Amino acid sequence: MMLIPCPHCGPRAQAEFTFDRPVEAITRPDGTAPELIRNLFTRDNPKGPSRELWRHTYGCRSWITLTRDTVTHAISDVTAVGASQ
Amino acid sequence: MKYSAFNLFREGLAGHKGWPQAWRDPEPKSHYDIVVIGGGGHGLTTAYYLAALHGVRNVAVLERSWIGGGNTGRNTTIVRSNYRQPALHALMELSLKRWEGMSDEINYNVMFSQRGALFLGHSDSDMLQLAQKGDAMRADGIDAELMTRDQVAKLIPLLDMSPSARYPVQGGLIQRRGGTARHDAVAWGYARAADRLGVDIIQQCEVIGIDMVGGKATGVRTTKGAIGADKIAICVAGHSGRVAAMAGLRLPVESHLLQAFVSEPVKPMIDTVIMTQSLHCYISQSDKGEIVLGGDPDAYPTYSQRGAPHIIEKAAAEALALVPSLSRLRMLRSWAGTTDMSFDGSPIIDRTPVDGLYLNGGWCYGGFKATPGSGFLYAHMLATGETHPVAAPFRLDRFETGHTIDEPGVGPMPQNR
Repeated sequence: MMLIPCPHCGPRAQAEFTFDRPVEAITRPDGTAPELIRNLFTRDNPKGPSRELWRHTYGCRSWITLTRDTVTHAISDVTAVGASQ
Repeated sequence: MKYSAFNLFREGLAGHKGWPQAWRDPEPKSHYDIVVIGGGGHGLTTAYYLAALHGVRNVAVLERSWIGGGNTGRNTTIVRSNYRQPALHALMELSLKRWEGMSDEINYNVMFSQRGALFLGHSDSDMLQLAQKGDAMRADGIDAELMTRDQVAKLIPLLDMSPSARYPVQGGLIQRRGGTARHDAVAWGYARAADRLGVDIIQQCEVIGIDMVGGKATGVRTTKGAIGADKIAICVAGHSGRVAAMAGLRLPVESHLLQAFVSEPVKPMIDTVIMTQSLHCYISQSDKGEIVLGGDPDAYPTYSQRGAPHIIEKAAAEALALVPSLSRLRMLRSWAGTTDMSFDGSPIIDRTPVDGLYLNGGWCYGGFKATPGSGFLYAHMLATGETHPVAAPFRLDRFETGHTIDEPGVGPMPQNR
């Protein structure tokens, strides 16, 4: 099981979190149709580091982004969504 | 040598020393008519049908590891065609019919056991959905029987039918032609049958690049050197996206993982495949006697083939609540496979935008049951250049055109399936 360091709660068990999508797949309402289709329905699907959007659903419920290796499950660069604003 | 009772008897007298190698171990040639990437069940059936039905015998199957070592050897061996969508009825029923004749066709006992695949219903809405699904199946000529609570209790006496049951059973929908098969035997049997028709099965040969000339795929680079091909057929399940990326393609696929686990072997206790409409838990018993259990996918992209224990815990908890007598069994092994999750839960059998490059993938966690149908349809496309009518809905571009085949109806979120 992965141990995910929530920026608000500290290291917590993976079972408290839900994966949402790779950051590349976040769609914006101002995108063009081909961009939306590309982001909604296709993936780079990397074997290695991947920047992803997760949610601490069964904890503080906040959204976080993190870099996770899809082979080793090593996690780094966890940030709270909106923290930079 | 044909596998038969007579040859078994004769070899028995001779100390079983005369059995030939089941398939050759050839070095790759410099060029093939068709190169199939991926020596799992789907790739091997594709090669077999190319040779057996279409006379295309200058074919190689390239496998980076050993054949059947990926998802073919990592599933829960369940075979059924009880779906709701007409496109999936046609696909899975074509496949199920091929399962029914498989052992004879390839002269290899795949131990296909039509013991019945039962979906339990736990509520009024479950029973309504099961009744709708059963009607849809029968309308398409597929067997389905709605069962009452009493009929289910009689069929599976070990189910918890007490008033305090955690998951009360109201009834079920059974497909009696569904069942299980010996998964390794499927890979070995098709490998042997394809090899006998002249197909080269090349193991320990990983594809590391796809050669392109003027926008056309002309061959593959492998750990055993370059191999030219008129047509290249991707059939690699969880790594579909990585292989397609070698030709510059992005696929509608995310690679997740699905776990399964087995208990120690015990005497026959469950002679049906048990699934449920509300939970995500599969229970069956292998011919060896192990109780085979499966549950939810892990729901995040990974190539690790290594899942998290809370997923196993959930599946085990559901199985114990349904069949309490499983509680004293010790679990022997657990494992995980890398599943290529498409964005509507349905597979892709199509050409790619790259000339000469074909894709069979996106089977999510339901590919084993489709093994012979998948190979049959893919071989048809590769050999004739035409799309078989049954494969026609499973286009690569159906997401952008809005023609998704969304069996669970949850939208473009692979982790929600």
